[in-house]
Amino acid sequence: MTEFVATSTLLTPRPTEGSKDTTMIVNMGPQHPSTHGVLRLVVEIDGETVLKVVPDIGYLHTGIEKTCEAKFYQQVVPMTDRIDYLSPMSNNLCYCLAVEKLLEIEIPQRAQWIRVLLNELTRLNSHLVWLGTHAMDIGALTVFLYTFREREEILRIFEHVSGQRMMTSYFRVGGLALEPPLDLFDRIQKFLNILPERIDEYQNLLMGNPIWIHRIKGIGYLSAADAIALGVTGPPLRASGVDWDLRRDMPYSGYEKFQFKVPTSTEGDVWARYMVRVEEMRESVKICQQALDGMPEGDIKADAPKVVLPDREKMKTQMESLIYHFKIVTEGFPVPAGEVYQAIESPRGEMGYYVVSDGTAKPYRVHMRNPTFATLQALQTMCAGRLIADVVAVIGSIDIVLGEIDR
Amino acid sequence: MNATPSKDAVLEAHAQNQAISSLLSSLPGSIQDAKFDRNELTLTIDKDQIRTACEVVRAAGYNMLVDVTCVDWYPSEPRFQVTYHILSHSLKERLRLAAMVDSIDTSVDSITPVWPSANFYEREVWDLFGVRFHGHPNLRRIMMPDEWEGHPLRKDYPVEGYR
Repeated sequence: MTEFVATSTLLTPRPTEGSKDTTMIVNMGPQHPSTHGVLRLVVEIDGETVLKVVPDIGYLHTGIEKTCEAKFYQQVVPMTDRIDYLSPMSNNLCYCLAVEKLLEIEIPQRAQWIRVLLNELTRLNSHLVWLGTHAMDIGALTVFLYTFREREEILRIFEHVSGQRMMTSYFRVGGLALEPPLDLFDRIQKFLNILPERIDEYQNLLMGNPIWIHRIKGIGYLSAADAIALGVTGPPLRASGVDWDLRRDMPYSGYEKFQFKVPTSTEGDVWARYMVRVEEMRESVKICQQALDGMPEGDIKADAPKVVLPDREKMKTQMESLIYHFKIVTEGFPVPAGEVYQAIESPRGEMGYYVVSDGTAKPYRVHMRNPTFATLQALQTMCAGRLIADVVAVIGSIDIVLGEIDR
Repeated sequence: MNATPSKDAVLEAHAQNQAISSLLSSLPGSIQDAKFDRNELTLTIDKDQIRTACEVVRAAGYNMLVDVTCVDWYPSEPRFQVTYHILSHSLKERLRLAAMVDSIDTSVDSITPVWPSANFYEREVWDLFGVRFHGHPNLRRIMMPDEWEGHPLRKDYPVEGYR
């Protein structure tokens, strides 16, 4: 792996540090349309050249970590959707895996495979939104309409399986909320059949557009060493040439049983991040296909009556299940004391949940390690010395979601 | 419940671990406690030596700082546990370092000279927990407004806020 030398030039500077009379400070955001939410950038420019980019975040801070400490373990699951509203299933999965690690319970294989399937659909969903909005930021408006057409179908699949389009909360500690509807897999299969040619369609739309290519090639360069030093993960890290994917290198939830390639690039610019993400979408289609083809039969909930809610039918007919149901709903379930850190490869990079338990039914501390919070620190390195118009392209390329940055 | 293995037993069982062996050889006495729980290794480091310890584990192959956060163990002392999650790409291993900070002197050395990515994380810990980081280049609030009073993630801060 690449070695790096930590230099203070990588640090995001103070907004007013070293300002000169000849420069100008421009406020981008919080309502700027290309900032994907409420990111405010204090940009110091000399003519058209960017000298400093200082992100000012916190406009969406809702204190989710504090709220989690006042909830039962199972009540935290809906909170995790709201952190990163473009990839709810990844958040659900990461939190559930962390608590399951604390409880040391085994998840049935069918539940694991459905989790993988829905997670890859989440990745497709997130990348489709990214592709549409990123292209729109730079001026290629048409792609947006096409990607949202496919995204709509994914959201309908989510609605079909969980009852909600965006805030799914479908995974539970110990398995899944419900057995998926009967025609779900057929519906996903139909969607997977059309998606690869639709991805070709997006690429044809964009790759034949010389203005678009000119605006992203060679822009926002980040070297592998700087990316590691700045905590960059996910597609931007792979676009800088580091071959690292948690799904392959530190597998979780049964990912070790799937075959897929990890696309990388050595160019390290916005173009490379675009190529890596598009290739990732194709690989996600393959993973979904493998999950559908080899979907095992069996339970969708772990055999842990003190943690997992019993089936509705059993709850109404068996005394024991009724008692467990009552106790879990009213008192929660105690989790053995300890601390765990569980990380997964979310669409944006390494998402990690650090859960500390003190042995009670409420988490003592839940910390979310969100990928774009760290990636935002690389903005200064990627933008300094470039034109101000490139800042928009670079922000788009790191795929920020302010909900997960601010929490 | 099984009795928790002692520090020496954990260090002995993981003697081949590169972080432990290099910490023991270059910074003897820096490890205050060691835990191996649910396949995760936690080393509690003397808080005055945390920056050097980070340099040592980085040299031992743990090349990427993933996360810095804090746990408030109010009302017990030392009150704050600053937690560092470090990842090694080559060993495919994670390591958790912890530094205990008491409530009389709530400060610890910043590790931004070792990993620049600690910048935002340490600002977040300062903002939400009120733990100061010596040598941090820009220790300002990051989530809360600049004029905010108090540190919301402390356990003695009410969930609904002060009214």
